[in-house]
Amino acid sequence: MEFLVGTKFNFLGHRRAAFFLSAALILIGVVSVVVQGGLKLGIDFAGGVLLQVRFENPVSAEDIRSTLEAIGVEEAEIQHFGGDREAIIRMSADWAKQHDAAGEVLTALNESMPDNPAEFMREELVGPKVGQELRGKAAMAILYALIGILIYISIRFEFKFAVGAVAALVHDVAITLGFFSLTGRGLTLPVIAALLTIVGYSLNDTIVIYDRIREDRRKLYGKSFVDIVNTSLNESLSRTIVTSVTTLLVVLCLFIFGGEVIKDFAFALMVGIVVGTYSSVYVASPLVVEWQIAAEAKKHRK
Amino acid sequence: MTSNMRWRVILVLLVLVLAVWRSSYTFRFLSMDETAKEQMAAEQLEDLKANSLSLGLDLQGGMHIVLEVDKEGLPADEAVDAMERAVEVITNRIDQFGVAEPSIQIEGENRIIVQLPGLKDEQRAKRLIGRTALLEFIAVAPPAETDIVLRSIDRALVEVLVASGEMSLESETGLPLTESEQLEKEHPFSIRARYLQQLPFFLEKDVAWAKEQLERIDLDTVLPAHPTDLGMPRYRIAWAQDVRHFGTEEGYLAFYVLEREAILTGSSIVSADVRPGLDQDNPNAPGVSMRLSRSGGRTFASHTGSHIGEYLAVVLDGSVYKAPVIKSRIPSGTPTSITGGFTDEEAKDLAIILRAGKLPAPMTVIEERTVGPSLGRDSITLGLRAMAIGFLLVVIFMLIYYKASGVVAVAALVANILIVIGIMATLPVNPRPALTLPGLAGLILTIGMAVDANVLIFERIREELRNQKTVRAAIRDGYERAFMTIMDANVTTLIAAAVLLRFGSGPVKGFGVTLSLGILASMFTAIVATRVVFDLITVKWNVKKLSI
Repeated sequence: MEFLVGTKFNFLGHRRAAFFLSAALILIGVVSVVVQGGLKLGIDFAGGVLLQVRFENPVSAEDIRSTLEAIGVEEAEIQHFGGDREAIIRMSADWAKQHDAAGEVLTALNESMPDNPAEFMREELVGPKVGQELRGKAAMAILYALIGILIYISIRFEFKFAVGAVAALVHDVAITLGFFSLTGRGLTLPVIAALLTIVGYSLNDTIVIYDRIREDRRKLYGKSFVDIVNTSLNESLSRTIVTSVTTLLVVLCLFIFGGEVIKDFAFALMVGIVVGTYSSVYVASPLVVEWQIAAEAKKHRK
Repeated sequence: MTSNMRWRVILVLLVLVLAVWRSSYTFRFLSMDETAKEQMAAEQLEDLKANSLSLGLDLQGGMHIVLEVDKEGLPADEAVDAMERAVEVITNRIDQFGVAEPSIQIEGENRIIVQLPGLKDEQRAKRLIGRTALLEFIAVAPPAETDIVLRSIDRALVEVLVASGEMSLESETGLPLTESEQLEKEHPFSIRARYLQQLPFFLEKDVAWAKEQLERIDLDTVLPAHPTDLGMPRYRIAWAQDVRHFGTEEGYLAFYVLEREAILTGSSIVSADVRPGLDQDNPNAPGVSMRLSRSGGRTFASHTGSHIGEYLAVVLDGSVYKAPVIKSRIPSGTPTSITGGFTDEEAKDLAIILRAGKLPAPMTVIEERTVGPSLGRDSITLGLRAMAIGFLLVVIFMLIYYKASGVVAVAALVANILIVIGIMATLPVNPRPALTLPGLAGLILTIGMAVDANVLIFERIREELRNQKTVRAAIRDGYERAFMTIMDANVTTLIAAAVLLRFGSGPVKGFGVTLSLGILASMFTAIVATRVVFDLITVKWNVKKLSI
């Protein structure tokens, strides 16, 4: 079976529309972030305590809240987690410092709801100092990855290709973060790991196309750059789609069947793979074309 | 077969055999249930476990704690090896608590990472690890001195209360003060104390108030000065741990004035264990019986010999657990004990702490991640299921899309997973990277991405075939042309994975491990292994038409 062979899509013809779409998607994300007063940080970065509790029967957030207030936990954030029998309780580290958080909360829950026993699933405690450190580390990690990639592509390709690739990466990360903000998901360490993977994956796609452009430039000497890039995009199209489909298949399985703990991580990957595939065709390559056209125009004026 | 070809076949077979062998332990170990494990000889099981993939705390359940050691206030000579001593003390405590395979490591300047897999009682472990447990034997000030201290507190408190306008020494009604009013105004603190057995007691409900009042005055200057240690107070104040009732409904807490310097501390204890019947008033209460070191025993004997009739307090973390009257000289070698208000478990933990030694400096938990056993089990089940379904879908897709060549790609995929697991179970680094939940996700992601190298090659071969090349030429050129692309594309993902390895901790690092190993393995299987298969098939059967 084969598909998308011998296509002659004029990808670059739509590049203005694509730029507009990308800009719109990024803008929506930015607006969402601004309206919500910044990205929502998970406890890895914000610090605090997270408790995951599983009940035998469905439980309401109000019941949990009133129990918590009775033992002096104010302003806890309570959320159902993958169904109405499980809940995630987020609270400030202040209270937990003085108390044995998991033990006391669980005891209180079991006392106030004796006919609905609660079971301990998970506790995460991140002190404010550690949260701040992790924020710094995550930012540095993304920065290091981008710099490393910029250097590698500059060595392997021309600088304009590196710029196009990195612009596509920033585009992917920005849109993924925008989706996170829109869906009310918090940023955690695994999500940062997912973002770095997206960076790697999207680049993988971009480079395959760049490789093709480099090859076709030699093969199709004399043709216009726009035509060459269009040919390369068409030639690598079936590979781009096949790889995206297989990767998306497994990530989709992870999202659907992998359980709640990994859901945000899988969500980031899913958005990233779709956006990353799109960006290698519609952002990375068109930017190189724009750069080339601008450079040629400059040469003509001289 | 050319000699180059022969070597490649040998290399691929060798890698495959190694991968199957090294990963077989993991599959056997993970597929065994508890009863099967029990029936197995301990040595054999140990061997199996040592050779199999270790699961991260988020998959097997357990506790990950980061402690920060507060080295400030330690003398320079003690600060040098404070971390090593802290690790030793924690290791001892955990060993006695009984956790299989704990990992305790120093990180950076002043942090200790403790990992306890498969732990059942997290809260107790946490208390046990971070507790300073300073045990002291301290002389209680004689009653006359205690009185002086209480008067000094009264005077200081009067000053504070008058200065803040909360109280006036004058009569508020204009009438002359009665004697009791006068007394209350001059002794705002001690008026609430009751003397029982020569010791001041406060009503249980007054204790919070009393502590608050003590906070408001500067005890260091209020307490009588030390005769030799200039500028330091001679005494310190402590409360009893236990409430006493004296046959009434109301509970009382004893207020102690103690010498500032301890006669002995926990460091003089050589052994400690839990024993019932140590407290004559309450024979069922668990207590800890301790044996002192030789020099400690001598100090103890000489103090008790010269202070008969006085009180001696046993103080743990600043609270007085008991304060018996010294009846006679306690000769060196006699066991001494501490009781009062313990549960069995608390007594056991105290004994552990006393045996294992005192932490050199206070510690705080700055990060903690605990996963309960059921969540860990869920994560494995769900992760493996996601992996199985994802794998199946990719296999179906590849077989439909690439037909017989798809079979080769799928075989490469299986080899890929075996290689990653085999390497992870074999890596000689300590601690060996564990498979975490994100790590499992990385493995799943690898399935998707590993196909990519094969896709690149197959698409190239198809292209070459469309250009009317022969099967063998198409395969040769397809592999050659795709090679550089595969390298370039994978190096960038490796850069991202390397950053994850460097920056990440625990689960995230596990993701970096499986992702980078997965990429490396996929490069090998796609570029070398599948090529060998294609070459063998085309050479042997002289295939004219490739099913791709």
